[in-house]
Amino acid sequence: MGKMQLITKGFVKENPTFSLLLGMCPTLATTTSAINGLSMGLATLFVLVLSNMAISATAPYIPDKVRIPAYIVIIAAFVTILQLVMQAFTPDIYQTLGLFIPLIVVNCIVLGRAEAFANKNGVVDSACDGLGIGIGFTFALTLLGIVREMLGSGSAFGFKFISGDGILVFVLAPGAFLALAYLIVIFRKLTAAKGE
Amino acid sequence: MNKLLVSPSPHIHSKTSTRSLMLDVVIALLPSVIVSILFYGWSAVTILASSVIFCVLLEYLITRYLLRRPNTIGDWSAVVTGIILALNLPSTAPWWVAMIGAVVAIGVAKMTFGGLGQNVFNPAITGRVFLLISFPAIMTTWGGAKGFIGGVDAVSGATPLGIVKEGLAQGMTLDQIFDLNNFSYAQMLFVNIGGSAGEISALAVIAGFIYLLARKVIRPYITLSVLLTVAVFSGIFWLIDPSQYTDPLFNLLTGGVLLGSVFMATDYVTSPMSDKGGIIFGIGIGLITMLIRYFGSYPEGMSFAILIMNSTVPLINKFCKQKKFGRA
Repeated sequence: MGKMQLITKGFVKENPTFSLLLGMCPTLATTTSAINGLSMGLATLFVLVLSNMAISATAPYIPDKVRIPAYIVIIAAFVTILQLVMQAFTPDIYQTLGLFIPLIVVNCIVLGRAEAFANKNGVVDSACDGLGIGIGFTFALTLLGIVREMLGSGSAFGFKFISGDGILVFVLAPGAFLALAYLIVIFRKLTAAKGE
Repeated sequence: MNKLLVSPSPHIHSKTSTRSLMLDVVIALLPSVIVSILFYGWSAVTILASSVIFCVLLEYLITRYLLRRPNTIGDWSAVVTGIILALNLPSTAPWWVAMIGAVVAIGVAKMTFGGLGQNVFNPAITGRVFLLISFPAIMTTWGGAKGFIGGVDAVSGATPLGIVKEGLAQGMTLDQIFDLNNFSYAQMLFVNIGGSAGEISALAVIAGFIYLLARKVIRPYITLSVLLTVAVFSGIFWLIDPSQYTDPLFNLLTGGVLLGSVFMATDYVTSPMSDKGGIIFGIGIGLITMLIRYFGSYPEGMSFAILIMNSTVPLINKFCKQKKFGRA
């Protein structure tokens, strides 16, 4: 597989949200608006690329029996870096996302890529894989955030285009499930049409 | 032509069809519809018409263009959903609220699951709950009844359940609340209480219930077990502390208990198949309704209760299988 293919496969074929249905907790909880979805996606992307690289570099030296705890420690280190950086430079977004930033440690996409890809492949390939999956995740979260924000509060990226409230349920948890379900239906329909 | 016609059994057909059953339900709903139109006038007509038209139109469009199947509007189930949805809305709601309700009821709750017979949740109730959560302001502003509070025509006010909930939260006792608002049971039985179009007259709903029973469209077990559970549960709490908990009759006559237990809990598709299962289902609905009314943050819990119990129907069906014919 070429480097480019590694990056693009995360977008459609192995899209973590629409195809693999991984990382549902941050997907449903943080996509109340487009900005929130985008920043959560980018935060995960950052951790994903760096942890993939670190794990693929250290994998030969980690005993097989303790690999999962070792991966968690590596991922937690990058999440801590991310957390401190966000706290310092984007305090608003840090406040809004709250608990979901530290929870990236146990995000199953990150651990899943470490286990399924990074520990068997080289550093550059792993970085590309992390980048591809991360972009796919960011794309999905932003799209879900846009849909929910448009329907729920009548705005996109914070710009109001109708006065008053939207359909409130889309900002709440049930709306997250509904919007995600219909996005998956549309996504599957489109990819099936392309024969993928 | 050969006069001897050979065909496999069954040879005797019942005339009952989905269409005839649904028509019976429409007839049973007529008293409530008439009362709500008489009582709320043109606004009720608008809501009823828009809800029914959008439900039928959507079902036609979805079957025709999305699913590309033979269309199913001829079975009248979309009409029933439309009427029940409209009876669940306040008459002051604008037409586009009924439209969104129809999209959720028909599009999300019914056709996404594969149409009539495959839906897990009652479409009309799903539509109503969606609207209740989405537009809390519109969904809880009621066109009040004539002379309901203060003797003015068509005042907007809360439902009796809402008034009671608010009064209790302010530390009033029930006697004070009842005196203050001139509640009487005769009012609740006939027409004079504020609420959704279908909630205002208990008598009209009971008339529909009797018609459905007489035509053998529904069996009484679900409805009666809901009503009995509500009565027993509220009776126990009322006997413990009559100043904090409303009495059984009040709980039966107000809100959506009657409408829900007669027309929505008994929906063939989303209720258990056996009578025993129906009784369990009814008890569950009654219990959840009363728990929400007494201890929840919403004044009324009927629609939530029906939705929650809808989701348990496959489980109930599994444990209450009817004996197979011809086996011990």
